[in-house]
Amino acid sequence: MAQKKTHRPSADDPEVERIPLQAVLLADSFAQKFRPITLERPKVLLPLVNAPMIDYTLAWLESVGVDEVFVFCCAHSQQVKSYLENSQWTKQPGVFSVATIESHDAISAGDALRVIHEHGVIRGDFILISGDTVSNMSLAKALYEHKERRKKDPHAVMTMIIKQSKPSVLTHQTRLGDDEIVMAIDPETKELLYYEDKVDLSQRLILLDKMLLVENGAISLHNDKQDCYVDICSLGVLDLFVDNFDYQHLRRHFVKGLLVDDIMGCKIFTHEIQSSYAARVDNFKSYDTISKDIVQRWTYPFVPDVRYLGNGLQIKLDREGIYKAPDVVQSRSAHIDAFTVLGNATTVGDNTKISNSVIGQGCIIGHNVVIEGSFVWDNVTIEDGCKLSHALICDGVHLREGVILEPGVIISFKVEVGQNIVVPTYSKVSLLPQPSKQDSDEELEYADSNTGAIESTSMATVMNTSKLDFALGTSDANISGKPEFQGSGPGYIWSSSEGGTEEECRQSIAPIPAGKLLELLQSKISDNNAPDQDMIITPASGELLPDSESTFGDGDDDREYVDFEKEVEATFQRGLTGVEKENVILEINSLRLSCNMEQADCAGALFHSIMKQALVAPYSCKNELYANTIKEIIKWGDLLKHYLTTTDEEFEVILKFEDICSGTTRDFAPLFSNILTFLYDKEILSEKAILSWAQEKEGADESDKIFTKQAEQFIKWLREAPEEDDEDDADA
Amino acid sequence: MDFQVVVLAGGESKNLAPLVSKEIPKPLMPVANRPVLSYVLELLEANNLKDLIVVVKGKDAALQVGGWISGAYVDRLHVEVAAVPEETGTADALRAVAHHLTTKDILIVSGDLVSDVSPGVVAATHRRLGAVVTALFCNTPVSGPSDTGSSVKDKGRKPPRVNIVGLDQTRQYLLHVAAGAEVDKDIKIQKSLLRHKGQMEIRADLMDAHMYAIQRKILQEVLDKKEMFHSIKHDVFPYLVRTQLKSEVLDHEEPRNGLNGEAYSPNKLDPRIAILNNKTHKCCAYIANKSKYCSRLNSVQAFCDINRDVVGEAGHLSGYSFSAQNNIVHSSAELGSKTTVGPHCMLDGGSKLGDKCSVKRSVIGRHCRIGSNVKIVNSVVMNHVTVEDGCFIQGSVICNNVQIQERVVLKDCQVGEGYILTSGSEYKSESLSKR
Repeated sequence: MAQKKTHRPSADDPEVERIPLQAVLLADSFAQKFRPITLERPKVLLPLVNAPMIDYTLAWLESVGVDEVFVFCCAHSQQVKSYLENSQWTKQPGVFSVATIESHDAISAGDALRVIHEHGVIRGDFILISGDTVSNMSLAKALYEHKERRKKDPHAVMTMIIKQSKPSVLTHQTRLGDDEIVMAIDPETKELLYYEDKVDLSQRLILLDKMLLVENGAISLHNDKQDCYVDICSLGVLDLFVDNFDYQHLRRHFVKGLLVDDIMGCKIFTHEIQSSYAARVDNFKSYDTISKDIVQRWTYPFVPDVRYLGNGLQIKLDREGIYKAPDVVQSRSAHIDAFTVLGNATTVGDNTKISNSVIGQGCIIGHNVVIEGSFVWDNVTIEDGCKLSHALICDGVHLREGVILEPGVIISFKVEVGQNIVVPTYSKVSLLPQPSKQDSDEELEYADSNTGAIESTSMATVMNTSKLDFALGTSDANISGKPEFQGSGPGYIWSSSEGGTEEECRQSIAPIPAGKLLELLQSKISDNNAPDQDMIITPASGELLPDSESTFGDGDDDREYVDFEKEVEATFQRGLTGVEKENVILEINSLRLSCNMEQADCAGALFHSIMKQALVAPYSCKNELYANTIKEIIKWGDLLKHYLTTTDEEFEVILKFEDICSGTTRDFAPLFSNILTFLYDKEILSEKAILSWAQEKEGADESDKIFTKQAEQFIKWLREAPEEDDEDDADA
Repeated sequence: MDFQVVVLAGGESKNLAPLVSKEIPKPLMPVANRPVLSYVLELLEANNLKDLIVVVKGKDAALQVGGWISGAYVDRLHVEVAAVPEETGTADALRAVAHHLTTKDILIVSGDLVSDVSPGVVAATHRRLGAVVTALFCNTPVSGPSDTGSSVKDKGRKPPRVNIVGLDQTRQYLLHVAAGAEVDKDIKIQKSLLRHKGQMEIRADLMDAHMYAIQRKILQEVLDKKEMFHSIKHDVFPYLVRTQLKSEVLDHEEPRNGLNGEAYSPNKLDPRIAILNNKTHKCCAYIANKSKYCSRLNSVQAFCDINRDVVGEAGHLSGYSFSAQNNIVHSSAELGSKTTVGPHCMLDGGSKLGDKCSVKRSVIGRHCRIGSNVKIVNSVVMNHVTVEDGCFIQGSVICNNVQIQERVVLKDCQVGEGYILTSGSEYKSESLSKR
């Protein structure tokens, strides 16, 4: 490692040398994807090809010339701290220093950064990385670009590292099991313009704000890029997190927040790495993928046989990618296949077949065992005749004779599985009970798995729901077959999370079964054959000239308006329950701005709500309905008047009223003229508006004229009225 | 090349009022004193595309255009002139001539295109990529006077956005188009297409030049099936781009046994094969080099711009040879004493200028009578126009047989055929015509 330091980019560049390069390493993913394992050990300490994940991250940070790393720990902070204290990272003398920052009430990456800001240790640009990242890229170019941009534009606060990775057309996920991301990037400046990681699969269209193209002549839209979750941030990022205390998630809140916010004008840029490796262990599928990448040496030099990682034992690489630590006891008849790692002091019995798997230290594997595509951590005992396929087995697990683990099984620490038990596919078995379901909703996704409060409550609530001794059953219908864990310790089978089996198979260690793929394919084909809904969006123009400005359907606007009307109605309903009138006005105004509506639309929508309200009270004849309506109008007249500043808006109200009468609620139809007169009397509608409405309708179809006819007398009276008014004025 | 070409020449375009009239329909509007249609026809001729159908709106206009073509191109091109009623969309116009179409691919060109982009290259791209439809895109021209003193305030402005185009990485395949009113709305991208290609470049700086190479069978099928399609640009073309992953136009070309479920059952296990069997077609784009000139005469502003460009920076299009002063003055034109004709100007045969006149960046037609002390800047003066002494004409278009009496000042005006401007009057940004 001493050699490595001389190659630091900082050595060449005097400017970089002055400011030590800092990094913030989040030793907590603020997610629950690795439960139940993470209930007992923090994610960053989980072994990835027999070395803790955090070692890969730290080793990479050191290799790119980072001087100071601040490890933020939250869940199991003691474990992380004691690991780091005893590791090579803090012991070794040198420039590379690792310090820990601890907090117990952070529930998100946002909180973590706010805590780091409080500590005031970051002095300049820093690398923000999570402790489960494996990479071997060189950061020199990205850092240089970042700094150059910062010189020109102080608003360029962040550079995101991305990598080419095309998601599967069928499953819409990358090989790391992440959902596809849609990004829009300026092809010249590489500025990030749009970021969406939760793509709604039911929507066929992606909507991009038209303003994006006003400012940029061209943008390139990608869904073939993978977010490496390695960011080069400037100091301003911490300030942004402090200013926006509601930013929690780095991408969903922070990145999207910055992209939407045009007041601060902060910009995010991307840097695409071409041939080097960067990936983050985010779920079991990426654990599987990245492990295999490491075994297949994509992450060189961070591979098992190079002494960067782990306990420094000399691991030997045989042909076909078989790695063996010293002291492996292997039966002659055992068959070790390609891309397999055997840890130190592991014993493999007769006729055992191991392929594509990683076996930890001190494991005892019996005779006639078949292990394929699995990850067996340290000190695991596997007795004779077991079959493991695409399973993850944590430390200290004991599998008795003849246990069969179906694809995607996770067995947490120290579980014992009794003889001849078949553990069904995607099961998660732990000694600890599953927390109750209610904490798995969106808000609490950031809640860390191990913050004390949640833990204790969940322990209490779950005890009686899914606790199973010896004979282990399941509380969830998702898992078929109830295995008996004979003669072993207590254990719990965890029911699947909110995503159901769908999510499980997408993010499991096991590859997606062929049947599932076929299902997806069929749904895709039927989807393709389904009538195309977006055809309707662009009806025939019917215009004469090739360059004619055709009027495309106003369908969108209508839809927007309907949404807006619903919102206004909801606000109005809140007004009924006692919210102050001023607040209702305020809310409607903000709605108007956010939906980009006119004042007149507000008036129309509000009027609609009032009329609906009048229908709520029971009525048997039209006189009662009239009385109800009058009551409501008197009650809300003031509110409505607030929006009726000009004739246009009043006009809109009349049109709306007509709509209501002819469409949704015909009950009002016979009362049209009466209510109109009343609205005039209450000075909600001016005579000018009514007259202009009458005039407008004169030229309309007969069918359109029902209401003008009904109100004919009233209109006639109005037309004559002005003169009287004048006379009155003259008299006065 | 066995491409049939349909030239959609238009008729009495409303956008161009008052410049077009019964006497001069849109295809015959002068650009550097040649009918605009001649630019397209000569471009096609140069590319050996000689089998043409010219569709003109309105019977009278068709007669005029037909008369002109048969006179000018009698031995050079095989041209049929078809008349369609006014108020016909471009797709309807194609429907009207569909029975004349016989070749495998059709090239559809707008008659108002003034360009030096070779249609042959578009056709070749179409064939090479096996596309259903290939469209020509060029960089949006910056409209308005480019570098004259009056446009200082316009320097910073961006070219107008006319199209939004989505291209794949290689910039060959077209994934998204939005035109017309859609351009100003939020951009809607089909996810399936983005997934298919992984990456899409969305550009707003390209203009659809209205040159499409399209497979005849598919064109005819779309025209037959979709009766409500009226415009090529707004309906047919976007429809083909939109449905490229689930083609509705290739049905009958698929082998029939493919629809038989049993024949496919072995493939069902391998999803990739099944995806390949999915019906897709290709829509392509040819993007013209930035150095190429490409403009469409579809507005009064475009008319002025094109006239200025053709005698100016895109002078090679005009077909005239420029003098040492970088202008074109016909040998039979007469200039009075102390009269100057600046660079980028054209003065055609039989026109007379009095003394102390100044002509800058303008085109003057045949047999015009221009008095003394007249200034003409940035304008187009057509044929047989009389301009009396002391007039000042800037940024204007003067149609045939207009009389402009003494000391008239015109700024950014259009004067229709045969109009008479009384002496001393001043107009600014007005459109003047008899009716």
